[in-house]
Amino acid sequence: MTAPSGPNSATDTSNTLTAVETKVTLKIDGQEVEVASGASVLDACTAAGIETPTLCYAENLTPVNACRVCVVEQSGSRTLVPSCSRQAEDGMEIQTDSERVRHSRKMVLEFLGSGVDLSQADPLARWSEQYEADPSRYGTEAEKIEEPVRVQDELYIRDYDKCVLCYKCVEACGDDAQHTFAIAVAGRGFGARISTEFDTELPDSACVYCGNCVAVCPTNALQFKTEFDLRKADNWRADEQTVTQTVCSYCGVGCNLELHVQDETIVKVTSPNDHSVTSGHLCIKGRFGWQYVHGE
Amino acid sequence: MFSVDPRRTSSAKFADVWLGLSVGTDIALANAVGREIIANDWHNKEFIAHSSTGFDDYAASVEPYTLERAEEITGVPAQAIAELARAYAQAEKAQILWTLGITEHHNAVDNVLSLCNLALLTGHIGRWGSGLVPLRGQNNVQGGGDMGALPNKLPGFQDVTDPVARAKFEEIWGTPVPPEPGIHLTLMFEAMARKELRAVYCIGENPADSEADVGHARKMLADLDLLVVQDIFMTRTAELADVVFPASVAWAECDGTVTSSERRVQRTRAAVPPPGDARDDIKIIADLANLMGADWGNPTPQQLWDELRSLSPLHQGMTWERLEAEGGLQWPCPSEDHPGSPFLHGWLWEDDLGGREPSPFSVVEHEGPKEQLTEEFPLRLTTGRALDSYNTGVQSGSLDSPIRYGDAIDVSAADAMSLGINDGETVLVSSPRGSVEMPVRVQADLPKGLTFTTFHFPELVDINLLTNDAWDKRSGTAEFKAASIRIEKIATRTEIEAGGAAAGG
Repeated sequence: MTAPSGPNSATDTSNTLTAVETKVTLKIDGQEVEVASGASVLDACTAAGIETPTLCYAENLTPVNACRVCVVEQSGSRTLVPSCSRQAEDGMEIQTDSERVRHSRKMVLEFLGSGVDLSQADPLARWSEQYEADPSRYGTEAEKIEEPVRVQDELYIRDYDKCVLCYKCVEACGDDAQHTFAIAVAGRGFGARISTEFDTELPDSACVYCGNCVAVCPTNALQFKTEFDLRKADNWRADEQTVTQTVCSYCGVGCNLELHVQDETIVKVTSPNDHSVTSGHLCIKGRFGWQYVHGE
Repeated sequence: MFSVDPRRTSSAKFADVWLGLSVGTDIALANAVGREIIANDWHNKEFIAHSSTGFDDYAASVEPYTLERAEEITGVPAQAIAELARAYAQAEKAQILWTLGITEHHNAVDNVLSLCNLALLTGHIGRWGSGLVPLRGQNNVQGGGDMGALPNKLPGFQDVTDPVARAKFEEIWGTPVPPEPGIHLTLMFEAMARKELRAVYCIGENPADSEADVGHARKMLADLDLLVVQDIFMTRTAELADVVFPASVAWAECDGTVTSSERRVQRTRAAVPPPGDARDDIKIIADLANLMGADWGNPTPQQLWDELRSLSPLHQGMTWERLEAEGGLQWPCPSEDHPGSPFLHGWLWEDDLGGREPSPFSVVEHEGPKEQLTEEFPLRLTTGRALDSYNTGVQSGSLDSPIRYGDAIDVSAADAMSLGINDGETVLVSSPRGSVEMPVRVQADLPKGLTFTTFHFPELVDINLLTNDAWDKRSGTAEFKAASIRIEKIATRTEIEAGGAAAGG
């Protein structure tokens, strides 16, 4: 007997993993780069070995174009384009280090640095140096957020002095990962803040404490309580920590965990963004349920 | 997405349609869906003819399950059942996912077969994006079965009654393998009751909290001649033990592998040293074997994995290096150039069925829960999990969760009103097997007559004193999902006792 065919057969490969891959070629800083069709200009820059500063971009989130720090100059385009969301096209010519790009990136970093505490936004310090960004040019009178750190539980803290409103947490809480929609941006202008509905306390909000917002935060405005406590005690030693990849001990999904260990103690749990099982996202048990390893 | 669940869970809220069926009426619903598909000529006749047997008997068996009758049995509106049937049958690709709501019943296997029938009826099986997906609730329960922790199977699902399979293992293991299947956990407790099973070596399981009708289970464990428990914590089971072997934490203190729900074998790695005298499970077992005179030496996880690969064709191609480099592999992975298998049963679509027999439809009938509601026990109790907790709480208990509501029993607003009980009030909950006191959480979206609680806090509420240990003779699974209970105000009971009357039988 012959196997059934047609749209319901096993040989129907629509929507399967084996989509036909086409390539596009573009020029970045004079260098020819070939990337898969659908890749972003940022992907092409990375493929060409060019490092691009990013804040609101993450490989496991949809670009929201909030921070503008990844902008590049595209021939024929009146304005600078955000490389994270601009799709690479055949024949494109891109400048990543022109005077215009350098000036724009410097201004973005300075504006952010003048109002927000970027002291724990690790790569930003390096980029600020690279682009000679000097937030103090705006004087000591520049308005700061200056709000007390919100500590509501033992899992994570919110320090809005460090928030650059990059929207990553909102996206991770929403339809890029968790679909919980516990947070959004409330207020306008300088008063804009990431907030739960009606600024309610976290446990009363829709928050399910997956910590996916904490994992994507680029400035440590959202911070694991363990890290917050160790930093307060001046005992957070990231350079000495080991990171070991393993598998969560709870349900059957098989989420991969990265255990950050300092002094033989787990101090933080993250998940690899490039892993196929959950692309860096976890739930409350995987992210925070490891205390028993060190229990009595 | 359709959610079929007695409770309006967060998944149900996420779904496009929620079918809030009565506990234990899954077969009536599935059979009605099957009947509706056939009645509308939506079934995949070409696939059925090629890949299945027994369609005519199946079609005749579901004929009495009209939408109206199914509505009567399940409580789900006929229109919603018809909509599910249409959406499932007409979808280009569709999956049925389930977990313990299907399998923790006295007719668990029939429940599963009723769903398999729907996949055979539509051809939503054996293709990318379609299928039957039993979701595993634990990080390595799939791996446990794969490795032969089943009474009738050797690693790689090779049958212990097959002399060829046994010979292969006997050669590598250097010892005869008993040709008779062993017994599963439920039968072990029955064997303990008959005083036939007198010694138990329990590794990483807490049956003194997790078994249905747990009072009986504790009595059986306490009554053993020898109970050895190997665990990372002094669980209630360990407290009953004669000998306790402290083990290290498998995923954070040991190297090894676990296998997830999608049959993906992944590496676990030691990140921190174990405390005190705790040892790796492998080390404990090897040390014990060495003390008993077998020369097992000090095997590494990789050596054991390579031995498994040499014996289990499903795992043959999964070298330690590939597991590292490829982020895990899904079995079957029979050779080192095989990419692993994202789905099973593709043979159903092959011209020659891969040399196999076509897959049979099963005739299954609605039975309902073993324990029917009575005047004395008029409410249905079903148990399950909460997001931030896990099983008997041994692991999740130390997680300081801001969203944990604890040990409450969820009661519908209608039942709370007729019982005269308030949110937060402590009540007496009784089943034919026992009674516990616990607080009430009134839930607006819980159907009348249904109650729910988790089993995460046995130290606070011994909920498994109430659950029913009636079990499926084929799977060995107890009917945790359907006990009958009554709820009483504690004040009322005290008054009755003071008056000299018994509070029910």
